[in-house]
Amino acid sequence: MTTTAPRRPQKVTFRDRLLRLAGAVTTPLLPGDYLDLVAPLRAGAPLRGRIVAVRPETRDAATVVIQPGRSWQGHQPGQYVRLGVDVDGVRQWRAYSVTSTPGAADGLISVTVKAIPDGKVSNHLVRRVRPGTIVQLDQAQGDFVVPEETPGRVLFVTAGSGITPVTGMLRAGLHDRADVVLVHSAPTRDDVIFGPELRALAEAGALRLVERHTDTDGLLGVDELADLVPDHLDRQTWACGPIGMLDAVEGYWDSHGLADRLHTERFRPTVISPGEGGTVTFTGAGVTVEADGATPILDAGERAGVLMPSGCRMGICFGCVVPLREGAVRDLRNGDVTTAVPGDGVLVQTCVSAAAGTCDIEL
Amino acid sequence: MTVIQKKADNPIAHLSAEDIEIIGKELDAIRDRVIADRGERDARYIRKVIKTQRTLELSSRAVLLFSLFPPAWIVGTAGLAVAKILDNMEIGHNVLHGQWDWMRDPKIHSTTWDWDHVSPPEQWKHSHNELHHRYTNVLGKDNDLGYGIMRVDEDQPWHPAYLGQPFYNFVNACFFEYGIAAYDLELGENLKNGRHKDPAFRARARAVGRKIRRQVLKDYVLHPLLSGPSFLSTLAATFTANLIRNLWSHSVIMCGHFPNGVETFEKTSIDGETRGEWYLRQMLGSANISGSRLLHIMTGNLSYQIEHHLFPDLPSNRYQEIAPQVRALFDRYGLKYTTGPLPKQVASAWWKVIRLSLPNRRGDRRQPVAPAPLVSSGTA
Repeated sequence: MTTTAPRRPQKVTFRDRLLRLAGAVTTPLLPGDYLDLVAPLRAGAPLRGRIVAVRPETRDAATVVIQPGRSWQGHQPGQYVRLGVDVDGVRQWRAYSVTSTPGAADGLISVTVKAIPDGKVSNHLVRRVRPGTIVQLDQAQGDFVVPEETPGRVLFVTAGSGITPVTGMLRAGLHDRADVVLVHSAPTRDDVIFGPELRALAEAGALRLVERHTDTDGLLGVDELADLVPDHLDRQTWACGPIGMLDAVEGYWDSHGLADRLHTERFRPTVISPGEGGTVTFTGAGVTVEADGATPILDAGERAGVLMPSGCRMGICFGCVVPLREGAVRDLRNGDVTTAVPGDGVLVQTCVSAAAGTCDIEL
Repeated sequence: MTVIQKKADNPIAHLSAEDIEIIGKELDAIRDRVIADRGERDARYIRKVIKTQRTLELSSRAVLLFSLFPPAWIVGTAGLAVAKILDNMEIGHNVLHGQWDWMRDPKIHSTTWDWDHVSPPEQWKHSHNELHHRYTNVLGKDNDLGYGIMRVDEDQPWHPAYLGQPFYNFVNACFFEYGIAAYDLELGENLKNGRHKDPAFRARARAVGRKIRRQVLKDYVLHPLLSGPSFLSTLAATFTANLIRNLWSHSVIMCGHFPNGVETFEKTSIDGETRGEWYLRQMLGSANISGSRLLHIMTGNLSYQIEHHLFPDLPSNRYQEIAPQVRALFDRYGLKYTTGPLPKQVASAWWKVIRLSLPNRRGDRRQPVAPAPLVSSGTA
């Protein structure tokens, strides 16, 4: 049986007609596919950016300056942007804090990236990417921002590349509106990203800077804050850095019953470590099954009654391809592991992939 | 051609089950090496081909706006024909195979791609990727053997209707994209069995109708209209470009499985087939075309049909690179690597179509025949 929903009266504008006609002229492609050849950053195109410069900051960090597409809606200091970068031909998505000032006159934005050991994307951006490269962008997001009504006293606790969102806030002039203390950890003096800029601000009296060089002085203990910044609990605090540091800071503020004064930003929130087999959730069907490391996800799903697309069942026809929203799978033919976090846009062949840990399949 | 199982000189009689297992392992190793090395160079290649195709199509159509002038007609038609061939073969066929899915670029992906062809991608992927590539050259399972309208194997019973098959094949070649769409719809079968009222079939038929309408509107109405006084000559140009594309793709595809030297297989022979045996069937069931780099690109690298059938999901630009390794494997195991220049292979395929339009001559079929297992020893 078919039912017909009442049609909403809609006005077809001249522009709509023109677009439809243009589509009929270029079918099966869209007019935009041709425009992409010459104007990938135009308004109306999927949001992209062109890298215009890569400036080294420290031995393992660099600032990537990007000309965003015309659809870029701007950012608030402290927010991050997701970048889709082709590394070895494969599109990889990562989030980086925006370090440029909102609404810069040249229209450029920048992110600052620290190369982490074995980091596919960070090493590519810091050491190999060339100006002129087109990257995919998302609009800026994240709530690691200082509210409009700026608190009078602010504390930042950061480590490593955790300085990047804070630099974004300082460059937007936060220290003009608030009393700022910044406690920052890095292995050595030279490893402090934006070191000279921050020290200059401190010398000018714009903020109080406490640098901790962990190679010589060891990791900063959260209990040391009381001595370093006696009024730390009275300040609105933003913390950004490695997971261990954030856990310690959150525990400390919690234990004082002041969790509402602490705001944290977690880089790399999901760490996927592949194993053998795992729990597979088919998010659309709302079905969860346990699958071992030898069972194709296709079989596991079918056994649980999920309506799975399928084809040759031997890995050649790509008729069973579905999105892996999050998790890890192993290719049963050669053992290759594929991991995904939300937004990566990873599709997998279920007939030759087994769970390698917890997986969410969008089906 | 007679199914391999019935041949007196079975070309794989000398292989043991163990040999076949090892062949499979060696082919897996070739595949793994390509995958480990696959990267930026390959991504650059496909993006360059796509960019070239789009630029060529756009500029050819621009030239055709002035198609009243004969030089413009010739240049525009030739350019458009090449652009359509690239779209169909090196880009469309291969993207829809999932050869470029690994790049994770949603714009170049088997689940999102559409091509300048009247068969909707979903239907083509089913009949081609899933059925033809899985059941390659198995009589009664692989409908690519004669597309259900021709007799291309001595073991198919003869019927007087086959007398006309050289003519059907020529008509099919001229309108090949429509032939493919009808084939993907299983049009003949569905009409014969009265399934034309089945809602699923009707939905698929409507999808084909949409593709046809859009192509006709674009090629035979809008672009001629845009050409103003050159209306008729542009119409003739786009028709000619489609005709050239159809004749070309038909020729290339005939060369893949019809020429002399290609083996066919019995339906029962694939019961419980191992990975090694599947590989072996692909090795013997396909034929290559030799030629220049340009020829390979224009065939969508289906001139490396053997390599393509062994590894349908490897990027097409890699087939040429692995061909020497694959050929060495054939030589080591005493198997026949069927290849030849385009004219020879096309002639061989056409000769088969003509020859088999007539009943078998005595001696074409070795009788009496006892079905033999695919593998002569070790498995039964």
